[in-house]
Amino acid sequence: MEQIPTMAEMAAEGKEPEILFWVGCAGSFDERAQKITRDICKILQHVGISYAVLGTEESCTGDPAKRAGNEFLFQMQAMTNIEVLNGYNIKKIVTGCPHCFNTIRNEYPGLGGTYEVIHHTQLIQSLIDEGKLKAEGGESFKGRKITFHDPCYLGRANNVYEAPRAALEILDTELVEMKRCKSNGLCCGAGGAQMFKEPEKGNKEINDERMLDVIETGASVIASGCPFCMTMLTDGVKHMEKEQDIKVLDIAEITVRANGL
Amino acid sequence: MIGQVIFIIILLGAAYLFGKNVARVRRNILLGRDTNRSDRPADRWAIMAKVALGQTKMVKRPVAAVMHFFIYVGFVIINLEVLEIMIDGIFGSHRVFSKPLGSLYGLLIGGFEILALLVLVSCVVFLARRNILKLKRFSGTEMTAWPKSDANYILAIEILLMSAFLTMNAADYKLQLLHFGHYVTAGSFPVSNLIAPLLPSGAGALVAIERGCWWFHIIGILAFLNYLPYSKHFHILLAFPNVYYSNLKPKGEFSNMASVTNEVKAMLDPSFVPETTEITRFGVKDVTDLTWKNLMEAYTCTECGRCTSVCPANITGKLLSPRKIMMDTRDRLTEVGNNIDKHGKDYTDDKTLLDNYITREELWACTTCNACVEACPVNINPLEIITEMRRYLVMEESQAPASLNNMFGNMENNGAPWKYSQADRLNWAEKA
Repeated sequence: MEQIPTMAEMAAEGKEPEILFWVGCAGSFDERAQKITRDICKILQHVGISYAVLGTEESCTGDPAKRAGNEFLFQMQAMTNIEVLNGYNIKKIVTGCPHCFNTIRNEYPGLGGTYEVIHHTQLIQSLIDEGKLKAEGGESFKGRKITFHDPCYLGRANNVYEAPRAALEILDTELVEMKRCKSNGLCCGAGGAQMFKEPEKGNKEINDERMLDVIETGASVIASGCPFCMTMLTDGVKHMEKEQDIKVLDIAEITVRANGL
Repeated sequence: MIGQVIFIIILLGAAYLFGKNVARVRRNILLGRDTNRSDRPADRWAIMAKVALGQTKMVKRPVAAVMHFFIYVGFVIINLEVLEIMIDGIFGSHRVFSKPLGSLYGLLIGGFEILALLVLVSCVVFLARRNILKLKRFSGTEMTAWPKSDANYILAIEILLMSAFLTMNAADYKLQLLHFGHYVTAGSFPVSNLIAPLLPSGAGALVAIERGCWWFHIIGILAFLNYLPYSKHFHILLAFPNVYYSNLKPKGEFSNMASVTNEVKAMLDPSFVPETTEITRFGVKDVTDLTWKNLMEAYTCTECGRCTSVCPANITGKLLSPRKIMMDTRDRLTEVGNNIDKHGKDYTDDKTLLDNYITREELWACTTCNACVEACPVNINPLEIITEMRRYLVMEESQAPASLNNMFGNMENNGAPWKYSQADRLNWAEKA
């Protein structure tokens, strides 16, 4: 893998990348998500898009603070980030996380940060549409049963349902939908800052409930596009002792594997 | 003549009472904070036509959607007949539309009869779903005695009204065949001619039945009208404005609080002079902290429970139920309104929506997944109330769960929700 370009280095050379890759906290620190981050970079490098990351200048978008009710902290994060983004004259951003995507796309403009923001599954879809990305030279997913778990902040929150599915359709797989999918999709249980707290008292974990939908489809791969869903779904598969039968993969990972990157 | 006078008195009385009740509901709704929902009128009319008039969000549950559609269309179209009944009542005429409409009148009455039958059957099925099949969606902690009775009353009243309408037509039909008095041959009676054989054949008894049902039907409708503002059934009116004033932004976009923006700007830039804004509470503790739109939604909710049935927290046994959030908001608002009526505008009791109605455990169970918002057939947003109440808990009371306070601390110190240093943010690149 090539060197990951940062905005600071680019700026020092007087260059501006076509697109900023906003990695996000999970993508930066969570080991599983780090792998997805590197895969997104591989895709960007493979198609030759000029991109950069903020690296140590990136900070949390403030999403979990906002959903938990801490508007002060959210706006502190947002305004600090906007200052950095505007300082680099950023026009277009791709995120590796639906929460970052939603926050920067919808909530930053009101605070002075207006950018064209896309989620990495949308980037993959547009690369497929432009013919720059295919599914060849790598692992074959042909005929395998794959189901897509809609992240709430990509699907219901922003009506992005087709982009991740387009990335799967090109693989010639058997795409099977769960009974609760698209606008009816069931949350993985991590949103609204639940990721960072113990669940309230109940009789079941939400990700275990979601596993029932997955198992019903008979899919051997759950595809997703969110690092938090990734954690919850992976845990769910473990609880159900299905690690041998069901793999949880991000759309970016699947794309990288299919193209042998 | 005396009949006309009594009718006019009842009609005016009912209209007055209804006006008074609607004014009280409007006053209560306007106790909420202001929010701008008058932009993009073309989009608003379009969404109202689609979601309220066209009921597009009902179809996710096809059985309920079809039967609800019968009742809805029946209600709207049979009201044309009510118009005739009103005119007849005021002027002492009988089937006043029959002459000017000619053969079309027969078609209309026949259509009303078929609709009335569909409404009747749908209401019976709905009663069975609630009381015999006991669908899970119609139970839950918030579905106490009153909401359950309210639902049953509504269905029973509709069954009675439709039965009276059909019986009235049956008696009228028989009187027409007898060429009795002013009962001119008018209309067609595809449904009521089936019940006609059950009625007596004497003209006197038939007139008594026809008049009795006529009065029962119209007084029943006027009484039902006045029941609406006290009932979940108010949705038949409020659904339209409520959908018109829908949130048109992406569901994931939460509002940025302007009062916070001012403070944060002042912190980041000491020379910043904020525009003077009214100092209010951060977030929501009681119903008067909510916006008028939140309050309108509380009155619009018809407690169908689609929100709760798709809520991941509720499905997994947590206390949270989005329907309860809306019902609590309405109950508390009614209480606040009653207090104002009894004790004047400035009276405050020692209760609030938070704690007295909605517990903290419910609020902290939400995953902000927007499933409830998506599910609501009339675009109610329980999530906004939940997040606004979280804002109160966090910013006014500093009462977030300890683990969330840790997360806030990490974000403040390292710019990430976990305890990792910002300097390590690019370490993933080295593992490549």
